[in-house]
Amino acid sequence: MNVVVRGSGVAGLCVAAELASRGHTVTVSDPNGGPGAHGCSWWAGGMLAPDCEGFAAEEPVIRLGRTAGAWWEAQGAEVSRRGTLVVALGRDRRELDIFARRTANHRWLDRDGVALAEPQLSGCFDRALMMTDEAHLNPRATLIALQGRLADAGVRFTTEPVDGERIVDCTGFAARAALPDLRGVKGEMVVLRAPGVSLTRPVRLLHPRFPLYIVPRGDGVYMLGATQIESGERSRATVRSVMELLSAAYALDPAFGEAELLEIGVDARPTFPDNLPRLIDVGGTLYVNGLFRHGFLLAPAMAQMTAQVIEKQETPELWHEYHA
Amino acid sequence: MPTFYGTEFASRLMLGTAQYPSPAILADAFRRSGAGIATVSVRREADGGEAGQQFWSLIEGLGVALLPNTAGCHSVREAVTTAQMARELFGTPWIKLEVIGHADTLQPDPFGLVEAARILTEDGFQVFPYCTEDLVLCDRLLNAGCEVLMPWGAPIGTGLGLNNIYGLRSLRAHFAEVPLVIDAGLGLPSQAAHAMELGFDAVLLNTAVAKAGDPAAMAEAFAGAVSAGALAHQADPMPPRDMAAPSTPVLGKAFLE
Repeated sequence: MNVVVRGSGVAGLCVAAELASRGHTVTVSDPNGGPGAHGCSWWAGGMLAPDCEGFAAEEPVIRLGRTAGAWWEAQGAEVSRRGTLVVALGRDRRELDIFARRTANHRWLDRDGVALAEPQLSGCFDRALMMTDEAHLNPRATLIALQGRLADAGVRFTTEPVDGERIVDCTGFAARAALPDLRGVKGEMVVLRAPGVSLTRPVRLLHPRFPLYIVPRGDGVYMLGATQIESGERSRATVRSVMELLSAAYALDPAFGEAELLEIGVDARPTFPDNLPRLIDVGGTLYVNGLFRHGFLLAPAMAQMTAQVIEKQETPELWHEYHA
Repeated sequence: MPTFYGTEFASRLMLGTAQYPSPAILADAFRRSGAGIATVSVRREADGGEAGQQFWSLIEGLGVALLPNTAGCHSVREAVTTAQMARELFGTPWIKLEVIGHADTLQPDPFGLVEAARILTEDGFQVFPYCTEDLVLCDRLLNAGCEVLMPWGAPIGTGLGLNNIYGLRSLRAHFAEVPLVIDAGLGLPSQAAHAMELGFDAVLLNTAVAKAGDPAAMAEAFAGAVSAGALAHQADPMPPRDMAAPSTPVLGKAFLE
């Protein structure tokens, strides 16, 4: 089938990859030509962390996210499978117990275990949780590599609007005019170069007010994320938010105090009321949207469901219909 | 049932709208709690004008009265500006006034609170002040024009329950006609029931529900506890006594020696 995918963020590229691998003729149409700062996935953490996310997300996120790592590897992406380290500072220790109670696939590390896993944090924490099945990737490098791979495989990229037998809209928040209950959840993030820090896997710092994750991007570069504010605003990182992120990182390891600020990023995550993604048919156009903070984690599963809809006319899980 | 600034409500439960896993779960928690009032924080979302509108539409869709708050404000000026912004956004003179005096514990600043309350009531606001259980502070707030008081049970988000029973009893006794709402600090339904048994008019919850593993179930549990406590208060509980009192006479022993 001749399919046009609108949007070249993580959802669009995953759908294009899945359809192309199944022999469809795919055109990706994006006025910006390819993945970049105009799209929300450019600002993503790139964590494939279904168990951590399961703390606050609903069950499908955990289940559908499980296979994301393998899917990305099959696309040639470099997936680092080193798990996630979850820690809490002194008086927030009970947060760690609650987190352990409500998540799965983890083991407790004692002081020595923490030192062994991340020597950088040696002596900082008496105990921590290792989420053993989790992974991460570099979102920007992964998107650019996937675009290149798709182009090599014959997927056409165009900045023009085009027509096909089937249109799959993956334009995220830009599709909100067609999807009335889609909202924006603003996220702010910071990228640092911290040569004095040598973390080898994502670290999550639990805190009742300022939760933080730190994702190593290699070469001493770290991404700190991310705020979650009910707002469709796509610009304007506030001093308060950045301060919260930086203070949390500094509290985790004072070595972050010497880091160089490389980037402050902000965008709005496209989100439905249950914070779960959806496949929606609106007047013949298939929308894949609402990936919220789970773009890299859930786009592979959403892409497979999209193929299911297109090839077999099935209505998979997360299928929604809008009635005018 | 409780009446705030002339409006009577069918529920003694107010729920905050922050920190839920998703708006869908928030809506579920409201349905199962029967809460009549939702507090909304305007501060972080409002600066962008229309930016937070979709979330607020969801909250408006809950069909309950909205009580905007000045959460996160650390000065009188910030709180007053935020209140004015809230009035414009939600079209209500109601404001839950928070002036935070201590960043770490989020303890109210009693001095700033009274000042802000006076400014806002003179400007036509109907103020719900988040205060401590200090009798003199509460008296000053009433003098400043507040017709509702919202003393804490314990610091925000601690779940410690009612920390100063004596102080809360004393408030209830001194301000028999003033609607009193326990704001902040509750973690368990039993603590909410206790507040009702003391004769408080309502409780406001956020973290205890939003951060529970199953927020909607916890909301329902609180609703049950609040009804039970309020009913118990109306039923005029027996006073505690030091000696056991057998409910049937013990033959041959009319009196304890």
